[in-house]
Amino acid sequence: KNMAHKLRSVRLAANTLTFLSQKSSLLYQTIVSARCMHFNYFPDTPAREHGETTRMNLFQSITSALDVALAKDSSAVLFGEDVAFGGVFRCSVGLKEKYGADRVFNSPLSEQGIVAFGIGIALTGATAIAEIQFADYIFPGFDQIRNEAAMYRYRSGNEFNCGKLTIRTPCSAVGHGSLYHSQSVEAFFAHCPGVKVVIPRGPIQAKGLLLSCIQDDNPCIFLEPKIMYRSAIEEVPTGHYTLPLSKAEVVLEGTDVTFIGWGTQVHVLREVAALAQQKLNVSCEVIDLCTILPWDKETIVKSVNKTGRVLISHEAPITMGFGAELAATIQQECFLHLEAPIERVCGHDTPFPHVFEVFYLPDKWRCLEAVKRLISY
Amino acid sequence: MYRTYRTLTRLITSSCQTASSKRTVLVVSRALYSTPSDVDKPNFPGSRSQFVSTPTFLDPDKMDGINVYRVLNQEGYLIDDLQDPKLEESVVLKMYKDMTLLNTMDKVLYDSQRQGRISFYMTNYGEEGTHIGSAAALNPQDLVFGQYREAGVLLWRGFPLQQFMHQCYGNCKDIGKGRLMPVHYGSKDLNFVTISSPLATQMAQASGAAYAFKRKQNGLCVICYFGEGAASEGDAHAAFNFAAVLNCPVIFFCRNNGYAISTPIKDQYRGDGIASRAPGYGMLSIRVDGNDTFAVYNATKLAREMAVSQNRPVLIEAMTYRIGHHSTSDDSSAYRSVEEVSYWDTMDNPIARLRKYMINQKLWDEEKEKQWKLDARKMVMKSFATAESEKKPNPDTMFEDVYDEIPSNLLQQRNEMKTHVKQYKEQYPLEHYEAMS
Repeated sequence: KNMAHKLRSVRLAANTLTFLSQKSSLLYQTIVSARCMHFNYFPDTPAREHGETTRMNLFQSITSALDVALAKDSSAVLFGEDVAFGGVFRCSVGLKEKYGADRVFNSPLSEQGIVAFGIGIALTGATAIAEIQFADYIFPGFDQIRNEAAMYRYRSGNEFNCGKLTIRTPCSAVGHGSLYHSQSVEAFFAHCPGVKVVIPRGPIQAKGLLLSCIQDDNPCIFLEPKIMYRSAIEEVPTGHYTLPLSKAEVVLEGTDVTFIGWGTQVHVLREVAALAQQKLNVSCEVIDLCTILPWDKETIVKSVNKTGRVLISHEAPITMGFGAELAATIQQECFLHLEAPIERVCGHDTPFPHVFEVFYLPDKWRCLEAVKRLISY
Repeated sequence: MYRTYRTLTRLITSSCQTASSKRTVLVVSRALYSTPSDVDKPNFPGSRSQFVSTPTFLDPDKMDGINVYRVLNQEGYLIDDLQDPKLEESVVLKMYKDMTLLNTMDKVLYDSQRQGRISFYMTNYGEEGTHIGSAAALNPQDLVFGQYREAGVLLWRGFPLQQFMHQCYGNCKDIGKGRLMPVHYGSKDLNFVTISSPLATQMAQASGAAYAFKRKQNGLCVICYFGEGAASEGDAHAAFNFAAVLNCPVIFFCRNNGYAISTPIKDQYRGDGIASRAPGYGMLSIRVDGNDTFAVYNATKLAREMAVSQNRPVLIEAMTYRIGHHSTSDDSSAYRSVEEVSYWDTMDNPIARLRKYMINQKLWDEEKEKQWKLDARKMVMKSFATAESEKKPNPDTMFEDVYDEIPSNLLQQRNEMKTHVKQYKEQYPLEHYEAMS
């Protein structure tokens, strides 16, 4: 195991060195992590209108969002497994002390119970922020999310709703999370009309989108890419601000190929865009989808109609992943503009493995190869 | 050693009481944990108990079953005058009338399903006493979560007959806008959360709502009804445990009617029913005769007081019998005898028992019974005919309320549906629906 680890470290270090020697202007912005990660974080710039900022990593920006939400709305409560002492990822540190044990509390260890309890709170009009410790463990709550939360407003003819429920959960690859600490679950919930599914790519976005989810009058699932909790650091506005749901963001403009991703994968795609520019002289447009459901078709279609080529990339398995929905819609909306078949570079159709993670992930080299296929078609 | 232990315990207690020195408590606690294992009380954080020196297994088979609380005997006489709920005459009359009105509605709607006029129905036969007895003991503002066989609770709270009928027909006057199967009632005004089909999902939701009530300090409680079959779901376990650990003012009301569709209780559980589970969760519980409306009333009233004043969940298990089929999609003679059903229908029926009480008290007689039966049937038939004559809602509304606002993908799908239906209008039963915009 140590040997494999060392080999991987050497390989990743070599990659980093290659990058540094190329001295792309983009690369100056990246934070090269000391840890072995499959991506380099590209920090965002805070919007001036969102006020004063301070340096935060992703977990600190989540805490900041929760702090703002609890301060703003006295009905808001935060609960889940181990949240009272600060959470296993430190997302709720200090909040129990600040807002009281009746507002920030541990729940018994039962995900179906956590989701249902949150629905019940939201049903009375209070704001419920529930935490599922890992997205991998959200499935015991699937029935409550799919059959109950998603359908409450519809089935009751708008007599009752649980719009004030937000479910936060850490998701996606972390380097060594294996089968049950690595999953990207968004596609399961993308098939559930009635919920919103949101995933940020960094601290600024996480805070703004989480506050939007908490305020939104629909049940929201907020997926937090856990590999960025500590590694993604940027200047984050300290006060209250929101970012719009169901709005994709063009994070890098380009003319030849449209890249679509979300969460950690946006950073992988930004590296791929840099590589494609250097090695292939291809100009790539990178889009962060941000909201999986309901998703922003307009931004995607506009970009694809311009570039004519599409690469969709996500960590989740390829078959029936959310990329399939995007690809089907794009081919229907942009048929006459497409110059090549839509490429999907995703996780393989296997469970998420432990020691094979580097071969499983849709890393920059797999994505770069797809770009070659797209431009040479 | 024993003396030392006692001294330490006293020292801890006094330190805690005065709260003068946290440091002392910490030091003493360490001393306690480091004592040899011959102290007489376990230190394990997970239990409160004593050591024993012989292996002792708890055998539920050797325990007596939990007793069934009863107020009226089968002849409608008070067993113990002290248990008389002393209800006003008008309240007793309303109890009886609501139970019989529900029974009349059940008969008409059951038959209408047999004739294919509504798609589905579930009767409440034999369990009317559990609905009315409990509903009468609650504050009308208390929030109700049901399973599906609790229509009497809504009736007690004033849900009009007409609305029951509109819901079963899914017509344009249905509060639920025709989206759910029949008997999935709900009413915001009457604090009755809309019924959904997945069993037991409402249970931990009820705990959550009760938690929010506790924080609001509104003096209200939540009541959650479920059958003994639903109690086998994982959600029931979560609900009980969350409610107990988080001190939620919720009454869990189990209708133990002996069957979950065809499954008898011997295939459902091995313990002493549902009430016996409550102590395991640290929850108050009682078992009542569900065919005795007064026993249900008294138990619910006490449970409500305890739930609200102590912020604790209470479990009531009402023993009853499902006299009707499970639903209109079920023929219960396939798994139980006609004689068994007949016993409960004729010998131990909540309506009959309350009627005997009222006759004993000279509140009711044969003449009144005859007239009320006629009146009830007339009211039911009138609202039934009205509901049948209404159109179904505008098909456009199918796309509303998925979210608070209609997202663009649904707007597009709605337009596509409308365009298509206009083009193929002869292929769709548009005459039964309100016009599309």
